[in-house]
Parts: sequence; C-alpha cells; structure tokens
Amino acid sequence: MNPIAERVQELVKPYAGKPTELIQALHRVQSALGYLPKEAQLVVAEALGVPPSQVRGVVTFYHFFRTKPAGRHTIRVCLGTACHVRGAERVLSALKEELKVELGETTADGKFTLEAARCLGCCGLAPVMMIDEEVYGKLDAKRARQVVGQIP
Amino acid sequence: MITLTIDGIRVQGEEGETVLQVAKKAGIRIPTLCYLEGLSPRGACRLCLVEVRNWGGRLVPACATPVQEGMEVVANSARLQELRRAILEMLFAERNHICAFCVSNGHCELQDLAAELGMDHVRYPYRWLPFFVDLSHAKYGIDHNRCVLCGRCVRACAEVEGAATWGFSGRGISTLVEADLGEPWGQSKTCTGCGKCVQACPTGALFEKGKATSEQVKRPEILAEVKERRPRA
Repeated sequence: MNPIAERVQELVKPYAGKPTELIQALHRVQSALGYLPKEAQLVVAEALGVPPSQVRGVVTFYHFFRTKPAGRHTIRVCLGTACHVRGAERVLSALKEELKVELGETTADGKFTLEAARCLGCCGLAPVMMIDEEVYGKLDAKRARQVVGQIP
Repeated sequence: MITLTIDGIRVQGEEGETVLQVAKKAGIRIPTLCYLEGLSPRGACRLCLVEVRNWGGRLVPACATPVQEGMEVVANSARLQELRRAILEMLFAERNHICAFCVSNGHCELQDLAAELGMDHVRYPYRWLPFFVDLSHAKYGIDHNRCVLCGRCVRACAEVEGAATWGFSGRGISTLVEADLGEPWGQSKTCTGCGKCVQACPTGALFEKGKATSEQVKRPEILAEVKERRPRA
C-alpha cells in the first residue's frame, strides 16, 4: 500500500464503521495532508463504509475541501458586491493571466493558489484580495500584478 | 384510514401514504419527474408541488408529503400550472434538450411533461454549459447535456441494485452524475453493468449504445417490479 493510503488509514481509525462521521473524517485527513487526493478518498470510503460516489459528492460539494494540493500562498480575490462594482472581474482576469491559472487552481511552480471569496469584510477598500493573511485594497489590474510579483 | 380532499374530491389513504400515492389511486393526475415507483421519494424536481389550502396555501411536494386527516389539497389550478411550467422551462434553459437530436425523442418524460403542461416556449435565457459525453462503458453511455439531475439513476443504483456507483459531484448548474470517484463509467469498479440506471432515466441522458435518434425506449417500471419480486430480508 502506498504511504498516503497508509497514513490516511491511521487518521480515520476513530471513525471506522461510522458513515455519519464522513465530514469529520475528511476534515481530519485534509488538515493532515493539506488536500484530499483520490487515494485518500478511497481509504476514507472503505474505512467508514460509505460508497466512494458519496465521498466524492461531499468532497466536491463543499468549497472547503480541495482535491489538489494548495500552493505555498493562497490568493483570495473578493467577488462580493462592492468589489464587483469596483472592478473585481478585471483584477481577477489580470491575475489569471499573470499566473496562468483558472479559479481554484495552483500555479505550475506550486507558489500560488487562486481562489475567490464572497466578501472579505472591508468593502471600503474595494476591490480587495487577500494573500495568505494580508489584505490588499484599492486594486486595479496593474496593481494586482505588482503585488503578486513582489511576493517572495 | 385518513380522509382528505384532493381537488374537492373526498379520498382516503393509509397512514404513511403520500399525497401522490393517494391521488394516483383516486385517478387524479399530478405531474412528476424525479419520483419513480420503487425508489425513495426525493422531492427534488418540485413538479409535483400541490397547494394545501388549510395550511395557509403552502406548497408541498406531493411525492414526499404524507397524507394527514382533513387536508384540503389542490392538485390542479392555474397557479400550479404556471409554477410547474416555470420549473420545466428552467430545466430546459439549464442544459441542452433539443429533442430532434436525442435518442429519447418521442419516449421522453421531460418531453411528455412539456407537452402536458403546454410549454410551447422557454421564457428564460438558455445557459447550456457544454458538458462531455462519457462513452467509456461497453454497453451504455451518459450524456450530461441531457441530464436533469433528478437522481433516479443514483437511487436506482443505490437502493435497488445496491451498488451505489452513481453519485452527484460538484454543485449548482455544473453538478454531474458521476461514477465512484469521478472515473470514466467504463472503469468503475462498483458498476455491475445491470442497466437499471438507464431504464430509470427519464430523458436521453443515460442510453444504450447503438440506439439512434428516437430509438431509445426506457422501462422505468422495472424498478418497482424488481423490488416487489425480491424476498424480504
């Protein structure tokens, strides 16, 4: 058995045979691995006694779960109402172009994961994005590219 | 016995029977799509919405609402007709349902409902996100563009065949019915190839390979038949 599967098996032991604990088990696995690859989903399914199709249903339904590893930095572009009005779409497409990724994807070098958020709670700074814990406001396409370019 | 009225007609039902079952026995037609005899009700498509007059006119899905003493159900009215038609139009707007190019043309529950409810055009803009067609299975194919996400295949697979191969993945308009962990259908390790999902599918989304336009006739009634013949565990 491969090392990921072995590790997951250990992680889900407390939930063995308990289909109702599916979300808890997935949370535990994701916080340990950073994401939920298919081999991990399969182990969770077998251990809890849930069909793989249902595990996948839950994993793909909730935005929190990811099936690919995240980059070293996570960029969250706000697409909330205020940011939308003030040009969040232009910021987003500039970042997509700059990083050559679509929403939810990670750059080829594993540096950035690009995500969307529904409001970061600082509409006065619209349009905004967060990179990890840092907020960047009053963006436009040019400024967004600059900010991303300066992240080590 | 529970006594209630449906469209002013006094009817009786057993405890635990649904409004839909009682209406059916009384010969009162309520349109359905995601409901299929032999499978658990899901209340997903909302086409069987009925109005309960003495519950403040509340709309409830007939397939998933147990009958209660003294209920005054309206199963057919101008308001319900309009609602059902709007629901159908949204289904037609969401994915591509061009009958003329469909294996199920002429034998399609979605098409029949559109005719029954007088849906002569769609008032909403078509979305029609392009989806792929999975032909990896030896005997069957799935065209997600024709899928209405009723979940009859998912329930047939889990409840009658016991394989639970099918599941929903994703959410909203891009939800797909997919096998296991999203593998191509032909590579599924749990699929038994029984074809119950194909027979349960109300549209041309699931089909037998080798059928051309209009040639796919489904037998959704086999799900109830299979279930009835099975000895109780």
